Amino acid sequence: MTENPTTGSGPAFVPEQAGPPAQGTAFLSVRDLKVHFPTDDGLVKSVDGLSFDLERGKTLGIVGESGSGKSVTSLAIMGLHRTGNARSRPHISGQVVLDGEDLVRADADHVRKLRGHKMAMVFQDPLSAMHPYYSVGKQIIEAYRTHHDVDKKTARTRAVEMLDRVGIPEPHRRVDAYPHEFSGGMRQRAMIAMALVNNPELLIADEPTTALDVTVQAQILDLIRDLQKEFGSAVIMITHDLGVVAEMADDILVMYGGRCVERGSAEKVFYEPRHPYTWGLLGSMPRIDREQTERLIPVKGSPPSLINIPSGCAFNPRCPYADVPKGGITRTQRPELTEDGGRHWSACHMSHDERTRIWTEEIAPKL
Amino acid sequence: MLVYLIRRLFNVVATLLVVSVVTFGIFFAVPKITGSDPALMYAGRETNETALAGIRVKMGFDKPISEQYLTFVKGIFVGRDYDGGTDVTHCAAPCFGYSFKTEAPVWETMVDRMPVTLSLALGAAVIWVIAGVATGVVSALKRRTAIDRTVMVGALAGVSLPIFFTGMVAPAIFVYGLGWLDVSNYRPLTEDPVAWLNSMLLPWVTLAFLFAATYARITRATMLDVLGEDYIRTARAKGLKEGVVIRKHALRSTLTPIVTMFGLDLGGLLGGAVLTETTFNFQGLGTAAVAAIGQGDLPVIMGVTLLAALFVVMANLIVDLLYAVIDPRVRLT
Repeated sequence: MTENPTTGSGPAFVPEQAGPPAQGTAFLSVRDLKVHFPTDDGLVKSVDGLSFDLERGKTLGIVGESGSGKSVTSLAIMGLHRTGNARSRPHISGQVVLDGEDLVRADADHVRKLRGHKMAMVFQDPLSAMHPYYSVGKQIIEAYRTHHDVDKKTARTRAVEMLDRVGIPEPHRRVDAYPHEFSGGMRQRAMIAMALVNNPELLIADEPTTALDVTVQAQILDLIRDLQKEFGSAVIMITHDLGVVAEMADDILVMYGGRCVERGSAEKVFYEPRHPYTWGLLGSMPRIDREQTERLIPVKGSPPSLINIPSGCAFNPRCPYADVPKGGITRTQRPELTEDGGRHWSACHMSHDERTRIWTEEIAPKL
Repeated sequence: MLVYLIRRLFNVVATLLVVSVVTFGIFFAVPKITGSDPALMYAGRETNETALAGIRVKMGFDKPISEQYLTFVKGIFVGRDYDGGTDVTHCAAPCFGYSFKTEAPVWETMVDRMPVTLSLALGAAVIWVIAGVATGVVSALKRRTAIDRTVMVGALAGVSLPIFFTGMVAPAIFVYGLGWLDVSNYRPLTEDPVAWLNSMLLPWVTLAFLFAATYARITRATMLDVLGEDYIRTARAKGLKEGVVIRKHALRSTLTPIVTMFGLDLGGLLGGAVLTETTFNFQGLGTAAVAAIGQGDLPVIMGVTLLAALFVVMANLIVDLLYAVIDPRVRLT
C-alpha cells in the first residue's frame, strides 16, 4: 500500500504568501477559504482558513476524518454552496482562484457554467448520486448537452464513447440501462464518465472508492489515474483512506477541525510527517509490508465539534503529546501553519527538534 | 409483465368477490337481526300474507342464501328473471336488483347518479392536483419565507375545515358576496355545458380545497426530501440551471408518491363524495347511498358498495401499473 508515491517533476505547491495571492501562478489557488454555516446552535466553522495550490496534471490528496471539512471544501470549490435554498447557504470567504478567476466572487451563473465543464466532481456513493429514474446514458447526455450545443444523437455517441473509455462492456447496450442495473463499480465508472464527458480541467473526487468493494477500489483508482494522464486534468482526491492517497497523490493536505494541520509532498508527509495527528493516521493504517506484530493504534477520541472550536490547537484534546512543554505557549494559542523543511508545512506548537525526536524514536519504529 | 397483470386481475376479481359476499351477507343478516322482512319492504303499506308469499317466491327469498347469492352474482353479469309464477320480470344485465323504495332497478339509479359524481370527482381532481402540487412545490422552494408560511397556513385550514363548512362559506363569498357565480343545481354536461360548468365550479373548488391542502403538504415535504438527495447535488454539479434541476430532477421524484395518492383518492371519490354532494344538494352516488342507508334500502346499498369497491380496486391496479412506468426500479413480478 505504501509504495513510494510518484512525485512529478515540477512543484505542485507554490509557497504560501502572506500578502495577496499571486494570481495566475497556480491552476487552482485556494486562499484562506472559510465556509461557515449559521445554525440555531451557533456558527459551524466547517472550513476555517484553508489555503493550497494545485497545478494541472497533479493530484492533491485531502485527508481527514469525517467532519474535518474535506467535503465542504470540495463543494465550496465547485460553488455548490451557492445553489439551492438561499436560507441554508453558508457564509463563504477567502478566494478560490481557478485559472486566474476568483470563483467566490464570480457571478453565480458564470460559476454554474464552469461546473461540470471546467471543473467536475465524482461523488462517494454512485447509487444515490445518480438519478434513479433516468438511464445512465440520459444522465451523461444531459451533462454533455448542458455545455455543448449538439443534438441528442451526437451527445449519445459521445456518451457511448465515454462509457467505453471508462471500461464499461457493451457500452452501446449499457447506455440505456438504469443506475440500479449496474454493479457498484460499474456505477462509479459511469459516474466518472459523466464527470469527464466535458473534459474538465479540474476533477474533484470525493471519496470515490469508499462505497465500493475493496476489489473494485483499485480499478477505480487506476482508471482515475489513467484518465488524468490522458486528459491532463488536475485532481483533488478527497479521502479518509491514506492508502488511496499513497497510491494517487503528488501532494497531501491533512485536515483537522476545518483547518490544514499538515501539507507537503506525498513523500514528505508519508516518510517525515510532522504533526501528531498525521502520526495517528499513519498508526491507524494497516500495512501489508510489515508483520502484524502490533495492533493498529486508533486515534483516541472523536473529531471536535465545529461549533465553538477551542481557541487553541483543535487537536489538543486528543493529542498524546499535549503535555509536552511548548516553551511558554499557552493552550489558547492556535498553532499556525509554518514551513518546516522545504515545501512541508505543519501546525504544531512542539519544537522542530522535539517532533523529529518523537517521530524517529517513538513513532516510526512502530509503523 | 403479462403474468403480473393476470395475477393482479385475479386479485381484483377475488377482492370484489369478497366484497360482494360480505355485502350480501349483511343484506341477509340485517333483516334477521332487526326482525324485518325484505318481502315486506317491497310490498308496501297495504299487504297481506298471500301477497307477501308471492313476493318471496318472485324475489327468490324462499331459496337458501347460497343460491340467492349465486343468482345475484349471475344477475350482475347476464341478467336475471324474477319469476313469480304468473308474472315474469326481466332484469337485464348488469342486474343489481330493485330498490325497496322506488322499485326502480338499482343499476338504473346508479347510472342516473353516476354523471353527477363523475363530474364532481374528476373536475375537483384536476383542480386539486394542479393547485396542490404547484403550491407545494413553491412552498418547498421558498421554505421558511412568508410565502411558504402563508401557503402552509392555508393548507392547514384546508385540511382542518370540513366540507360542510367550506361548502357554506364558499357560496356566501362567491355567490352572495362577490357575485361571481350563480348557485344552481346540477345540470348535465350533455344538456347545457355552460350551466353544467356554472353549477360545478363551487362544488369543485370546495372539494378540491380539502384535497389540495393535503397534496400541498405532502408535495412540500416530499420535495424537501428530494432536494436533499445526492442526485440533486449531482445535477447541480453538472452545471444544470436551477430550473432544470427542479423540473427534470426534483419534480420527477416528488410526483411518484403523489400519483399513488391521487389514484387512491380519486378511486375513493368516484364511489361518491357524500359531504360535497349533500352540501350542494347534488343527487350523486354518495347521497344515494346515504339515503339508502337511512331508509334501509338494502339493494341500493349493495349496488353502490360494489360499485365503489370496483372503483377503488381498479384505481389501485392502475396506480401500481403506472408506478412501474414512472419508476424503472419497480419490477412488476
